[in-house]
Amino acid sequence: MTPAVVMLLCATAFLGTAILAILAARSDRATQVIYGTSLVVSSIAVATALVQLVAAISPTSASTLTLPLGLPWLGAHFRLDALAAFFLVVINFGGALASLYGLGYGHHEHAPQRVLPFFPAFLAGMNLVVLADDAFTFLLSWEFMSLASWALVMAHHRAAGNRNAGYLYIVMASFGTLALLLAFGLLAGPEGSYDFAVMRATEQTSSTAGIVLVLLLLGAGSKAGLVPLHVWLPLAHPAAPSHVSALMSGVMTKVAVYGFIRVVFDLLGTPAAWSSVVVLLFGGATAVLGILHALMEKDLKRLLAYSTIENIGVIFVSLGLALAFAANGMGLAAALALTAALFHVLNHSFFKSLLFFGAGAVLVATGERDMEKLGGLIHRMPFTSFAFLVGCVAISALPPLNGFASEWLAFQAVLQSPELPQWGLKIIIPAIGGLLALSAALTAACFVKAFGVTFLGRPRTLVAGQAREVDRLSLAAMFVLAALCLLAGILPGIVMDGLAPVTLSLIGARMPVQMGVPWLSIVPITETRSSYNGLLVFLFTAFSASLTAYLVHRFASRALRRAPAWDCGFPEADPATQYTAGSFAQPIRRVFGTLAFQARERVDMPAPGDLRPARLAVVSRDLIWDGLYVPIAGAVGFIAEKLNHLQFLTIRRYLSLVFLALVVLLLVLALWS
Amino acid sequence: MSGLVFDIAHMFAGGLVLVSMMMLYQDRLYALLNVFALHSMVLTLSVAWQAFVQDAPHLYVTAAIALVFKAVIIPVALHRMIRQLGIHREIETVVGIGPTMLAGIGLVALAMVVMLRVTPEANPLAREDLAFALSVLLLGLLVMVTRRNAVSQVVGFMSLENGLVLAATGAKGMPLVVEISVAFSILIAFIVIGVFLFRIRERFDTVDVRALDDFKGRRRK
Repeated sequence: MTPAVVMLLCATAFLGTAILAILAARSDRATQVIYGTSLVVSSIAVATALVQLVAAISPTSASTLTLPLGLPWLGAHFRLDALAAFFLVVINFGGALASLYGLGYGHHEHAPQRVLPFFPAFLAGMNLVVLADDAFTFLLSWEFMSLASWALVMAHHRAAGNRNAGYLYIVMASFGTLALLLAFGLLAGPEGSYDFAVMRATEQTSSTAGIVLVLLLLGAGSKAGLVPLHVWLPLAHPAAPSHVSALMSGVMTKVAVYGFIRVVFDLLGTPAAWSSVVVLLFGGATAVLGILHALMEKDLKRLLAYSTIENIGVIFVSLGLALAFAANGMGLAAALALTAALFHVLNHSFFKSLLFFGAGAVLVATGERDMEKLGGLIHRMPFTSFAFLVGCVAISALPPLNGFASEWLAFQAVLQSPELPQWGLKIIIPAIGGLLALSAALTAACFVKAFGVTFLGRPRTLVAGQAREVDRLSLAAMFVLAALCLLAGILPGIVMDGLAPVTLSLIGARMPVQMGVPWLSIVPITETRSSYNGLLVFLFTAFSASLTAYLVHRFASRALRRAPAWDCGFPEADPATQYTAGSFAQPIRRVFGTLAFQARERVDMPAPGDLRPARLAVVSRDLIWDGLYVPIAGAVGFIAEKLNHLQFLTIRRYLSLVFLALVVLLLVLALWS
Repeated sequence: MSGLVFDIAHMFAGGLVLVSMMMLYQDRLYALLNVFALHSMVLTLSVAWQAFVQDAPHLYVTAAIALVFKAVIIPVALHRMIRQLGIHREIETVVGIGPTMLAGIGLVALAMVVMLRVTPEANPLAREDLAFALSVLLLGLLVMVTRRNAVSQVVGFMSLENGLVLAATGAKGMPLVVEISVAFSILIAFIVIGVFLFRIRERFDTVDVRALDDFKGRRRK
C-alpha cells in the first residue's frame, strides 16, 4: 500500500465515522466512540504523513493515485508529496488532539447530534483538500470542508449572534470558492486541463499569473482571514464548540495557506517580483489590524480568533518574502522565508489549539467567555492556567518557546532584503518588518491581558469564584500541546530539517542542515551573521528562574504576613475595582485606536448637584466593515429592490422579455460585421 | 431538375412563413385554429418534399406525425376544448393588427439577414430553409406575446415548434430520433398545457391568463 492509499483510506474512515455518528448520535456512548475513532484514525494519518515527509527517497518523490470518480474524462487524482505530507501532519495532529480533548469536553455538549457527525466529516474534507491533485477534486473537497465547518458553526444556532455568524461565514466561503473557481479556470486554460500535473507543466503568461495570484489572495485569503476578508472569522470561529474552534483557527486556516502555497509556488511557476509586494502588504496589514482588534476584545474566544488573523498575517508576510527572493533567484533566502512560514504554520496550530482548549476549559468551568466576568482562576484551575500560560508565552514569541523560533526566522529573512535588486522591495520589506515587530509587541500585550484578566486577580463574578478544574482528558490534550510548544522551541533544528524536502520540492533550494551544528544551535545563513540556541536559552531561563524563586522563598517567604491591603480609605474593595480588559487596553487604544477604529471617548459629567453618575463612553467603528461591507450590502439591496418588481409580471410580459432578448441578440449578430 | 427541386422546397418553406403571417391577424379562436391546421399541413408537405429530395424515407414518418397530430388531432382537440369551456370567441390582442404585421415583417427581414450572413458556405437549400424556419419561430413567439388568451398562446407555441421541425428537416442527415422527440415534446407540451387550462377553468372560471396574475397577488411593496 502506498502512502497515498493509506491517507485516502483514513479520509474514507473519517467519512465512515461521520455516517456512524449520524446513525448513533443519540446513544449514550456516541461521544466516546466517535471521538475515539477520530483519534485513532488521525493518529494513523499523522504517522503515515510523517513517514512520507521524513523518509521519502527523494524530496520531489510523490505518491499518486487516480480513482475513476468525479468528472468522467478526468477522474479523481490524488497526490502525496512533501508539501501535502507536511500539511497532513498539521491537520491530523490537530485533529487527533481535538478528538482527545473532545473525549472529555464532548460530555458537556447539550446537543451532541449537531456536532458529532460533522466533526469527522470536517477532518475528512481538510484531508481531501490537501490530497487532491486536480482542480475538480480540490474544489469539491474545499466546499465539503466549508460546509462541514459551517454546520459546526451552526451547532449552537439558538445562541445570540450565531446564526448571523453562520450566514456571514457561508457568504464569504461561497465568495472565496468563486474566486478559486475562476483561478483554476484561468490555470486550466482553453483546453480545460484540470489536472494539476498539466497545470504544473504549462508556463503561464505574466498577466494570467497576476490575475491568478489576486484571485488566490481573495479565495484562500477569505478562508484564512486576510484583511479585509476577515470579517466572518472572529464571529464564526468562536461560535463553534471549543475543540472545533481550535480546529478551525489552528488547522482550517492552514488549509487555506496550503491552497495558496500549492497554487502560487507549485502550479504557477516562477513568480514576478511585483506579486510579492501585494502579498507583503496584505500580510503586514493583516498582522497589525488583527492584533489591534484582539487587544480591544474582551470575549476570550473572539480575542483568540482575532489573534489567528494576526498570525495568518505573519505567515503571509513570510510567504511574500519567499516570493520576492524566489523571483530574484535567491534560493537560500527564499528557502529561509518559506521555512519560517511553514514553521509558523506548525507552531500556530500548536499554540492556537492549546489556547482554544484552555478557553474551552474556562467556558466549561464557568460558562463565561467574557473576560470581564472572570478572574482569579489560577487558584481553582491551576493546571489549565499553567497550560494556558505556556500557550500565551509561545504565541507572544518569547524565547525559548516555539513562537520565537519561527518569528525569529521570519526576521532573519527580512534582514536579507538589502540584497534584493529592486529598490521598491528594498524599501518596502524593512517597513513590513517594522509592522511585524509592532504586531509581535502588541501580541505580547494582548496575551498579558488575556492571561492576567482571566486567571489572575480576584474573581469578578460568583461563577468565576466557584470554577473547578476540568477533566483529565482535556488537560492531557492541553499538556501534550504545551510540551510540543516547548520542544519545538528548544529543538527548532529538527523541524527545520524536516521542512527541507518541502522547500526543495517547491523552490529547489533548502536551508543548511541544522542537526550538524554543535550544541543544537540553529544557523539560518552563516555563523557570522546570526545563530540561536533554544536549549541554552531554556536552560538559562529555567536555572535563573529557579534560583530566583529559591532565593525569594528562602529569604522572603518567612517574612510574609497577610494583612488587609491599603484601600485608599474605602472600605470593602469590590472585585470590580480591579484592572479590567478594557482598562488594560486603554493606552493602546488611545495610541492606535483613534486612527484605526476612529475610537472616540466621551465623558458625560453631570452638573454639580446632579446625582446621576458620571459616564465614560468609548465609541469605536470598524472602518473595514463600514467602508467596504456596508456599501456592498447596500448596493446589493438597492439592485434587488429595483429588480423586485420583475417578480410580479404577467406570463405574457415574461414571454415578451424573452422575445425581446432573442431579437436583440439576433440584431447584434446581424449588425456585428 | 435541381432548380425545380429547390424552387418547390422554397415554395413550401415560404408558404409556412406566409401562413405564420396569417396567424398574426386572426382575431377569432376558431379561425386561429384553422390557420394552425393549415400551417401544419404546409409543414407536412414541406417535410414530405424534403423526404423525397433527400431520399430519406424516415422523414415521411415525420411528415405523417405532423399531419396526424398537428394538422388533425390537436386542432380538433382544441376545438372541443373551446366548446367545452364555452369561452368567449373573441381574442383579445394586446397590440393592434397593423403594428403586429409590421413587427412580423421586420422579424422576417431580421431572420433573413442573420441567417444568410452567418451561413455563407452552407448548402443553399438548407440555408434558405433555415432562414424561413427562424422566421416561423420568431413569428410564433410574436403570436404568443401579442395574445392574452391562453389557448392562442398554446397555438403560438405550437407554430413555433413547427418552425423547429422545419429547421430540423431542412438540414440533411438528421437522425429520426430528433424528429420523434420534437413531435413528442409538442404532444407533451400540449397535454401539460391542456391540463393547465382545465385547472385554470376549475379555479378561476376563465382561460384568461390575467386571472393567474390575480392569483399571484398584486405587486408587493
